[in-house]
Amino acid sequence: MDVSAALSALAPRLSAAATAALNVRRLSGGASQETWTFDLDDGTPLILRRRPPGGAMSAAALPLSTEAALQAAVGPRGAPVPEVVRVCEPADGLGEAYVMRRLSGETLGKRIVRDEAFAAVRPGLARRCGEVLATIHATPLDGLPPLNVSDAASELARYETVYRQSGARRPVFEAAFRWLEERAPPPLERPVLVHGDFRNGNLMISPEAGPNGGLIGVLDWELAHLGDPAEDLGWICVNSWRFGEWRRPVGGFGDYQDLLDGHAAAGGEPVSLDRLLFWQALGSLKWGVMCLMMYASFASGADRSIERAMIGRRASETEIDLVLLMEQAA
Amino acid sequence: MITHPTAAELTEALAGVEAGPPGDARAAFIARVADNARATLEREAALGPAAEAAAVARLRILLGRDGDFEALNAELCARLRDGRLAPLDPAVLAHLKAGLVDQVAIDQPSYWGLAALRSESAPR
Repeated sequence: MDVSAALSALAPRLSAAATAALNVRRLSGGASQETWTFDLDDGTPLILRRRPPGGAMSAAALPLSTEAALQAAVGPRGAPVPEVVRVCEPADGLGEAYVMRRLSGETLGKRIVRDEAFAAVRPGLARRCGEVLATIHATPLDGLPPLNVSDAASELARYETVYRQSGARRPVFEAAFRWLEERAPPPLERPVLVHGDFRNGNLMISPEAGPNGGLIGVLDWELAHLGDPAEDLGWICVNSWRFGEWRRPVGGFGDYQDLLDGHAAAGGEPVSLDRLLFWQALGSLKWGVMCLMMYASFASGADRSIERAMIGRRASETEIDLVLLMEQAA
Repeated sequence: MITHPTAAELTEALAGVEAGPPGDARAAFIARVADNARATLEREAALGPAAEAAAVARLRILLGRDGDFEALNAELCARLRDGRLAPLDPAVLAHLKAGLVDQVAIDQPSYWGLAALRSESAPR
């Protein structure tokens, strides 16, 4: 399939004045989705997200039409997300796909936490993240597409099964599974919309604070589900996305209290630091097990690349976070 | 011994790395990962035996029995899993922390978390 030709044919439906798609370029892509950047000839900057032909959908990933529907639901409520321009139909010739406005900003965590250009927005960013998460968590569930529901105990059990299948014997993970199991908060009576992957890399940041406080886009909705709002608050505090700024637990740019204050000030259900730290620890454990899963595709012969082999050696970084959190709790 | 991957698996994966065309971003990325893997193997050869001996010495005391690293580590995992050892037991945490400092010094010596592990406490 020629993506460029298909987008040009679609151009008039993306913008009334457009007749062609220009500068079509693939940005990235995994097995489950591709991201393309392009412009219309009337100057409109756009992004295409699509499932590659024959691409396997990972068990956890949502249909792309669901991602688009979630962005369309949270945007008008004040959460910064790219505006969805079109959810593609079979006749569009692009397969499972949608088109959204392209935002201009930075997603690379290393730059966001370190570059001078972002020094002015960093101090307010953790609070802003809390506010935006409260807005997402308050989204009415009526009318949303079907979403999985998960809670702390079910997530723990799911990842413990994967860990057991890996055959690894890692005492830090063994200790962490038992420790977190004892502390797991009960399922919420009314689970909320959770983004599921709210962290550096999926947050578009502008060097100018502006009305959005620097956070101009929450991207990558493929892991969204219904669950505990503290899950999102804990995930952005996992050490692996602090990019060296480990003394600033919120994404390498802010402090816990700023994040929690922003969340509460924007109407979020009060979340204690302890509950956030539970989800941060579970997040570290999940990322550690994911490293082992990625290594498993090397071990099974599915992908014999050095990249897949080496990612297994990153599991130990998550164990640092876990041991530090267990020490604090002891 | 470090597993998932073992040093032997890393060596095998390195043997499969082929040079890509000059200027190719993907090939340049793979070359960096390969350099990283070679450095990891060198550190493991230099530091691994002493780290394993230290772990065995700690585990003998912690578990009150003898054995090689694989057997003792499996026993520790089993006792943590079934609750004979508590996850927050200070002796358990001291062993885990010491082993982790040694492992990260091999896996990712520049990882910032190592500094956090060696400092007084994490931020909160």
